[in-house]
Amino acid sequence: MNEITPAHNIGSYVPMVDGPEKVSGRAKYTADLILPGMLAGRIFRSPYSHAEILEIDVAEAAKLPGVKAIVTGADCDKTFGVLPVARTEHVLARERARYRGEPLAAVAAIDDATAKEALRRIKLKVRELPAYHTAQQALVQGAIAIHDHRPHNLERDVLFELGNVEAAFAAADLVREGTYNCAEVCQNQMEMHAAIADYDAVRDRMTVHASTQVPYYVHLMLAQILEMDMSRIRVIKPHVGGGFGCRTEALNVELIAALLARKAGGCVRLVVNREETFITHRGRPETDIRLKIGMRKDGRITGVECECIQRGGAHSGYGIVTILYAGSMLYAIYDLDNVKYIGKRVLTNTPPCGAFRGHGTVDVRFAFESLLDDMARALRLDPFAVRRANFLRAPTFTPNDLMVNSYGLPECLDWVERESGWKARKGKLPRGKGLGMACSHYISGASKPVNWTGEPHATVKLKLDFDGSIVLLTGAAEIGQGSSTVLVQSVAEVLGLDLSRIRIISGDSEVVPKDNGSYSSRVTFMVGNAAIEAAQNLKAVLIAAAARKLEAKPSEIECLGELYRAGAQDKGLTFNEVVTEALKDTGTITVTGNYSTIPESHGGKKYRGAAIGGTMGYSYSAQVVEVTVDEETGVVTVDKVWVAHDCGKALNRLTVEGQVQGSVWMGMGQAMSEEAAYHDGLMLTANMLDYRVPTIQDSPPIEVGIIESIDPHGPFGAKEAGEGSLAAFLPALTNAIADATGLRFNDLPVTPDRVFAAVEKRVRDGKLNGDGDRSGGIS
Amino acid sequence: MTRILQFTLNGRVRTDAVADNVLLLDYLREIVGLTGTKTGCDGGECGACTVLVDDMPRLSCLTLAASVEGRRVDTIESLAQDGHLSAVQRGFHEKLGSQCGYCTPGYIMASAGLLRRNANPSDTEIREALGSNICRCTGYVKIIEAVKHAAALCAAGSTP
Repeated sequence: MNEITPAHNIGSYVPMVDGPEKVSGRAKYTADLILPGMLAGRIFRSPYSHAEILEIDVAEAAKLPGVKAIVTGADCDKTFGVLPVARTEHVLARERARYRGEPLAAVAAIDDATAKEALRRIKLKVRELPAYHTAQQALVQGAIAIHDHRPHNLERDVLFELGNVEAAFAAADLVREGTYNCAEVCQNQMEMHAAIADYDAVRDRMTVHASTQVPYYVHLMLAQILEMDMSRIRVIKPHVGGGFGCRTEALNVELIAALLARKAGGCVRLVVNREETFITHRGRPETDIRLKIGMRKDGRITGVECECIQRGGAHSGYGIVTILYAGSMLYAIYDLDNVKYIGKRVLTNTPPCGAFRGHGTVDVRFAFESLLDDMARALRLDPFAVRRANFLRAPTFTPNDLMVNSYGLPECLDWVERESGWKARKGKLPRGKGLGMACSHYISGASKPVNWTGEPHATVKLKLDFDGSIVLLTGAAEIGQGSSTVLVQSVAEVLGLDLSRIRIISGDSEVVPKDNGSYSSRVTFMVGNAAIEAAQNLKAVLIAAAARKLEAKPSEIECLGELYRAGAQDKGLTFNEVVTEALKDTGTITVTGNYSTIPESHGGKKYRGAAIGGTMGYSYSAQVVEVTVDEETGVVTVDKVWVAHDCGKALNRLTVEGQVQGSVWMGMGQAMSEEAAYHDGLMLTANMLDYRVPTIQDSPPIEVGIIESIDPHGPFGAKEAGEGSLAAFLPALTNAIADATGLRFNDLPVTPDRVFAAVEKRVRDGKLNGDGDRSGGIS
Repeated sequence: MTRILQFTLNGRVRTDAVADNVLLLDYLREIVGLTGTKTGCDGGECGACTVLVDDMPRLSCLTLAASVEGRRVDTIESLAQDGHLSAVQRGFHEKLGSQCGYCTPGYIMASAGLLRRNANPSDTEIREALGSNICRCTGYVKIIEAVKHAAALCAAGSTP
């Protein structure tokens, strides 16, 4: 006889619950919702980097038959922005245009051709102003302010020193300084931005479908921009074609669509093209870093001084948070006693930057791990040994008050060292080949949400009714990362049920509980914990019902998923029988699960903004990258990547592997080819041919090791898996190139042009750069 | 100019009046309502709109609807038979060749085209066949595994 046992899924390979829709073409993304009579929206954008707007004349456009609404800055004097302290962006510029491509007006017409023609008829009169396309230009004395409330174009400066850095450098055996430049990069998610806004003039209600990671933030900003009561607004997030941080704030696209829909008294579809999606990228800012590290000859770091300047673009966005992350996340990976950080977030006349996967941490990690590699070489230490000399001992708090409870970095290092054959192969590869390694880390959700309301960080509802199916209601935004799958898994695991018992509804404000959204890798940790609590609450209801029916105490009831029984001799009740009994009390059963972070995780107060970086759990990653460098052409080929990621506990090994591989590969794009380049403020790379994303032919095998440190607070011990492995690729690559060639690249991306130029320069100089592990590399 | 277009779409003969300048992509999505085929770029950059024309992968964003007169066009919606996923669809689902899913129809059609020509492709042949598609989520590793899994399912009797 087959014994009934609870079903388990945690830790196995689980295909995504919404996969069948995606592979069959049935999944509907925003632009796929095509309704009869919907109007086509188009945006008129500034051709100037910086200009005073004298007049936007829409009279000729308005006369065009088929044009139903035109909006300009005059239609909305309210501002938006993701951070409550920096809501200074107009949906459509008023008085001043601050970057090329900034929306100035928008049209809704009966079809796209009419909308396009209407844009051609809009006349713009401006007075051009001096434009600053780099941080250095914007910071020059006497530069005019891009925003009046930031007189020196400094969005935020950060300065802290914890410990004594000068003394630490004095105590070091080696002090080195490097300067680094990382180009601006774009998320370039596959789905272009889209919104459909439907205004019901009879009821004064607005429904917006948006390709967003943060339906709740969109909801807030719609209310603010439209000056509508929030109860009159409904936000729906259909399938979303990737985000990577691009959509972690309300974008002008959905807000413009709503303004048009209300003015037209109808439904407007606004789908921007790829070029416009690039301009609306909210990506990783161009970053200049000066980094100085002191090290003892055993590899122990004595002190760190880091100066970081970010070209933030024309509006605040997440900028203040980004520049704070860059400083705070120097910590929580190694044991650092003395750190000084100087951060400058600069306003410039380029498209606004935002939160890109690995938010704020990536470029500084590139600099840090590059300099560690240099110093290891100078001290003739193995780069693994340098990392091992600086491990944290969890549980601990860092000097900037970040809480570290689980720390799988040592195991990550062991795994990549072993699997890559590092000890046997390092330094012994043929000419032109090299091995490099590096580490990185990331948060599992910001412990303090951007909009602090006092509510729980996450809420999940479960509904169980006569049919015996459990409906999971969540606001967590599935954007392809697998959040819906992991939440279904969590509920099924607690109840011992097969995944097929659980249905999930996410992303419709009319139905689901509010959620802060999919950013900072918060969903698995926070919403996962809420889902577990909800499932436990449901289980308690079912056990109580079973106990009553079986005339036993609840504590005597054994839950086997599809069977509830009082002891092994009892034939028990089926799940459906238990449900029938439970419904007698209340009818349809709904239960709630909540999750809130603990105050200890909220970061400290040692400097202004010290809460940024606080989280319930840090993920850790180590990587080894193997490259081949062709010095004749400058082409670098990544032969293989070994990556180990400490995600606490892999709830779903399939999606963890997918997330880690995707992160590593996205780091590879930033490291090797991706760059948002501008001429006079015009983005030159606003398409996928000039913005060079690695193709399948350029991309290496990526072998993933999953390290499970079992975080005490994580759902089933889990931490994040979707961001932490991005950053380590960048320095692991340049460290590998240094190993192969003796050439050190501190500027990203490392394109063939740059490699070729460096090789040429070395030939011209007639000598080797660096410390020459590979002396004789050039003949 | 508008012309009468007759061709076979997903196994059924279809006749439509279409303007000469309408792209096959826009025709499929906006006129027929087959939105499984995706628009990912401003023309020929990403492969998300890949469909099969007489079994050969084609970018529908660079193809005029009028040019498929008399030909056979298959989109992502054609692959599942009797409600069951095809081998390539299963491959992408079961091996996580799809994350956000937006590039997926293009990959699946390009892969189906490959497997119809070559039942047992090598890694290199897979990379070549998918070289003009871009995925921003997976890093491609699991896409290659998905196509190999599909080839194995085909060898066991499934249709691509």
